[in-house]
Amino acid sequence: MEQTMNNALGFPILSMLICWPLVGAAFLLFISRTNEKAIKMVSLLISVATFLLSILLFSHFDKSTHLMQFVERYEWIPYLNMHYHLGLDGISVLFVLLATLVTVLSVLISWESVKMKTKEFFICLLVLESAMIGVFCSLDFMLFYLFWEAMLIPMYLLIGVWGGPNRVYAAVKFFLYTLVGSVLMLVGIIVLYFYAGRSFNILELMTKAYPYKMQLMLFWAFFAAFAVKVPMFPVHTWLPDAHTEAPTAGSVILAAVLIKMGAYGFLRFSLPLLPDASREMAPVMLALSVIAIIYGGIICLAQTDLKRLIAYSSVSHMGFVTLGIFALNTQGVEGGILQMLNHGIVTGALFLSVGIIYERTHTRVIADYGGVASVMPIYASLFIVFTFASIGLPATNGFVGEFLILLGGFKASQWAGVLSASGIIIGAGYMLWLYQRVFFMETSQKVAGLQDITTRELMTLLPMVILIFWIGIYPNTYLSFMHPSVQHLLERVNGGSAPAVAVNAITQILR
Amino acid sequence: MMTSYALIPLLPLAAFVINILLGRKLLKENAHWVSIAAVAGSWVVAVMALFDVLSGAKINYDVYTWMLSGGFKVSVGFLIDQLTVVMLIVVTTCSMLIHIYSVGYMHGDPGYYRFFSYLSLFTFSMLMLVMANNFLQLYFGWEGVGLCSYFLIGYYFDKKSASDAGKKAFIVNRFGDFGFGIGIFIIFLTFGNVYYEPVFSQAGNFANASINFLGFDVHLMTLIALLLFCGSVGKSAQMPLHVWLPDAMEGPTPVSALIHAATMVTAGVFLVARCSPIFSLSETALMVVALTGAITSLFAATIGLVQNDLKRIIAYSTVSQLGYMFLACGVGAYTAGVFHLYTHAFFKALLFLCAGSVMHAMGGELNIQKMGNLKKYMPVTYITMLIASFSISGFPFLAGFFSKDEILWMAYSGGSPVGKFVWAIGTLVAFLTAFYSFRLIFLTFHGSFRGTHDQEHHLHESPKSMTVPLMLLCVGAVAAGWVGIPALIGEQIGVHNYIAEFMKPVLGHPEGHGTHGEELGIMIFSTLVGLSGIGLAYFMYILRPELPGRIAQQFSAVHRVLFNKYYVDEFYDFIIIRPTIWIAKNVLIGVTDARIIEAIVNGVPNAIAAFSSGLRRVQTGLMQHYATIMATGILLIVAMMLLR
Amino acid sequence: MVPLNWYLILSAAVFMIGMFGFLTRKNVIIMFMSVELMLNAVNISLVSFSHYLQDMRGHILVFFIITVAAAEAAIGLAIILALFRNKQTAHVDEMNEMKG
Repeated sequence: MEQTMNNALGFPILSMLICWPLVGAAFLLFISRTNEKAIKMVSLLISVATFLLSILLFSHFDKSTHLMQFVERYEWIPYLNMHYHLGLDGISVLFVLLATLVTVLSVLISWESVKMKTKEFFICLLVLESAMIGVFCSLDFMLFYLFWEAMLIPMYLLIGVWGGPNRVYAAVKFFLYTLVGSVLMLVGIIVLYFYAGRSFNILELMTKAYPYKMQLMLFWAFFAAFAVKVPMFPVHTWLPDAHTEAPTAGSVILAAVLIKMGAYGFLRFSLPLLPDASREMAPVMLALSVIAIIYGGIICLAQTDLKRLIAYSSVSHMGFVTLGIFALNTQGVEGGILQMLNHGIVTGALFLSVGIIYERTHTRVIADYGGVASVMPIYASLFIVFTFASIGLPATNGFVGEFLILLGGFKASQWAGVLSASGIIIGAGYMLWLYQRVFFMETSQKVAGLQDITTRELMTLLPMVILIFWIGIYPNTYLSFMHPSVQHLLERVNGGSAPAVAVNAITQILR
Repeated sequence: MMTSYALIPLLPLAAFVINILLGRKLLKENAHWVSIAAVAGSWVVAVMALFDVLSGAKINYDVYTWMLSGGFKVSVGFLIDQLTVVMLIVVTTCSMLIHIYSVGYMHGDPGYYRFFSYLSLFTFSMLMLVMANNFLQLYFGWEGVGLCSYFLIGYYFDKKSASDAGKKAFIVNRFGDFGFGIGIFIIFLTFGNVYYEPVFSQAGNFANASINFLGFDVHLMTLIALLLFCGSVGKSAQMPLHVWLPDAMEGPTPVSALIHAATMVTAGVFLVARCSPIFSLSETALMVVALTGAITSLFAATIGLVQNDLKRIIAYSTVSQLGYMFLACGVGAYTAGVFHLYTHAFFKALLFLCAGSVMHAMGGELNIQKMGNLKKYMPVTYITMLIASFSISGFPFLAGFFSKDEILWMAYSGGSPVGKFVWAIGTLVAFLTAFYSFRLIFLTFHGSFRGTHDQEHHLHESPKSMTVPLMLLCVGAVAAGWVGIPALIGEQIGVHNYIAEFMKPVLGHPEGHGTHGEELGIMIFSTLVGLSGIGLAYFMYILRPELPGRIAQQFSAVHRVLFNKYYVDEFYDFIIIRPTIWIAKNVLIGVTDARIIEAIVNGVPNAIAAFSSGLRRVQTGLMQHYATIMATGILLIVAMMLLR
Repeated sequence: MVPLNWYLILSAAVFMIGMFGFLTRKNVIIMFMSVELMLNAVNISLVSFSHYLQDMRGHILVFFIITVAAAEAAIGLAIILALFRNKQTAHVDEMNEMKG
């Protein structure tokens, strides 16, 4: 069966997306480290150019098919049957866009806040961007693994070099935690490679059937890698430390893109490769998701540190994502993918915002704040948009994602649906309490006389605001990317019970 | 024609966008023009819609597809029928008058533009709520009004109490929305749809269906109705989620009038009325609605008896009257409930605006024990508030009389199994309502002034922009009920019960099972009860003003319980808030995260470290040691090779 | 003609002297000289084997080794000098930077 389409654009766009940031990083090497202005401008230009290029994916993507698009395939190591094989489908395309957008914003937010080793910082950022794009594009398992691990190094450096006081502990914890998980995945990859007759081709692997016992073991091997990344309960404890200690740009990328890779891994590998095991293990996964939602939410209520609170809220929100994915129905999975995007936007924006105020006050302790709304009205009104998007208010993106997930989750299991719906109460609780303590009440000493946000800072937050309302009011722009791919995925997982007719019906309605 | 209906919500939305973007720098104290123009425009279109519906049109159309995922499709669309039109008129009229009132009330406030942009956003959300043609858009408006309520309660955000109250309102409402949301899920899973029309038309097919919900077999329609009712309980501040509404009085008074009396809080009643085809299929659900309404109305009225805060008394009165509306819906008299919603909007908004006017004159003072004799200084406020109080007390031929009477009669005669019981409670509440309303009037406007000298010096009637809306609303408080004159009286003077006939296609109109004599008896009885409440208040606060204090002392335990609102807030704090935070701190952070997960995560590397620190002793760092070992090794190898 | 064994015994003796010197002396210079002894012990056996087998290639290799050893000695002494400058001592027990 043909699984790929010819590249509609006529030039290797994915390779260009992966290479441009690398070329930019190499170019930065030749700029004198004293010329900080030039370093920043070049990084900005490169990241903006990458983003603009990635918009072509958005406009030229064929939404009527689940086939891989913009495909490139070259021999890499013929002896091991490895290929340099790239392509995108409806599940992955939006994340490439998210990665390129978030990198631009991270460059902007680091404009003033990175005071030392500026050159190395931006090089790390650009290298990280390449690796992130690579992860979402790879169709060869080894290539995927390469990018997956390559991503760790710049992130490790970002946390370990430019982070807060306890940065080394956080960086090492982040690195080891994720590495331990990935190693098990590598074993899984090798098992698949030999079982499937020496092939790393993901598309080819997906068409094969594997014995149930093997699927089960591979499922848990992959689980180790992906669950740590998500992070699911109970392997979430690296996240608060990493987020808290990372510099703003690091937290933003971590929240917006890196932890999406875990959920992406479930969608791309666990579900289609191991359909029987995924189906059988879905109740376990739903239970873990529900625990994450409630656990992460309640723990937020007791946080005293701004970044730590948002980090734990990520645990709760990513619980929604995994809930949707393992609901194994259209609403759940589409809601899950959308919620991944939403979480990237909203939590990314929250970390950007926290970075903005941290730059002014140099404190993350919530109790030090109070009355910020009086001194920084524009900032406060942007922050409230993010707060309510995080709570999942209708008309913001959070609602669309959470609603579809809960609907799908409820369909899959009433208990999961009901229990996780309680997460929206807890979510309102901790976010509004946070907002109250930081922005309302009397102006505290530390925030008196602060300047409202600058145009540059406004520019970093504005795209997020626009996306929040865009997805909230007209989510079909984004949902329409997913329909055929998700349908195809679910057919594979549920053994073709969902008729292909539905896809056609949906595309009909859209036209 | 159709597109123009979209203007009804879109105009306030546009006003919100303009105000929030340009208000701070550009519009400043002219911000109200944008908002008022928008809401006036909406009002005009709403009136046009009223005439369209009167001429028999029923509009139901989709604007665009909001969400589409698998078999789930939902649009933004509008359904304009009799019920919607009544709500549209109530919302736009009250909103418009309160916008105008706010021009005077909020004059000189630093957040003037902000206030008007919130009001516009609220109007938009409320209109989206009532005009929705599907449950999800209803939910959209539902949460939207909750958001505006949050903003407006916490409008004076530098006050801790205000920001607390806003947060509380939002979170308590979320508890209700939790049930509401699950109700929507079950509706979708049952009907494959979330649009009103197919759901309501197919509801009958499931009249006897049951569903396994969380392991229990329950009657499907009862389950759906009760889950939807959860939302209503939250939004309309019914027991046990009523706690947020009295605190919501931290917001500016026009907000209390618009959101927390006339419009938003009645959304719960609207929801029940809108879903009447579902509720009607479940006897149990209706009984729950009726009893919740009755108990809440009694409970809130008793609290209202002893409060001293001007706005809180009116707030409890609102909770109590909302209970009345649910009582009506619960006995199947949806029309009566909506009718009371409509009359209540006028007299309750009027009461709040009068309270605002009093506050304005008293420099923000709210304690009625420190007022008195204000009628001398504020004649317009006094007269309008007096009329509103008469109206709420069910004084004959005022607005409240007709709606209240209709409810009590339907409760008595409507054939509901709990009808007689809730009728008795309703009548008792009518007595209490009259009493506390006039307690308020007498303490505030009669007797001698008990405030400070400064305050007395400052007393004045409010500006025209405030008094004119008072007078207009006063007309409503008097005459709004005349569209619903019951047949008993109507036949004598040659008018119909217009509203019941108008609403019949949507809500039905159950007839009471009783004679004209009984109906007349009930009417006279409830009127007398109301009048005796007024009389008792007159006796206690004008003739024998020392009496209330003595009674309070005599029954100090009861008084304390009532004054502290039955300690419900403290109870919630004790069983929900504190345990949750305690668990978060001491169990989740302290035990699972720190002692279990982190212990494992850090334990593995620590064990490895311990092992290797044993190994490191071998590494002396002295080259000769290494060389010796190497040499010995070589010798051993050579020896082995030789000896083999 | 001297038999091959004698050369080999000489070579072994020199090697053992070098080895024991290396393992027991604490002065870096002397240890270095011991290393040179060991190297040259090996050279002796190489060149004697070469002579015994009548093959010139061994001789040539030995010349190369001597040249390289000279270069190595130069570098080694330079390192020792640098070490001495840093530590003000040539005693190996003082140099335990690699202690675990």
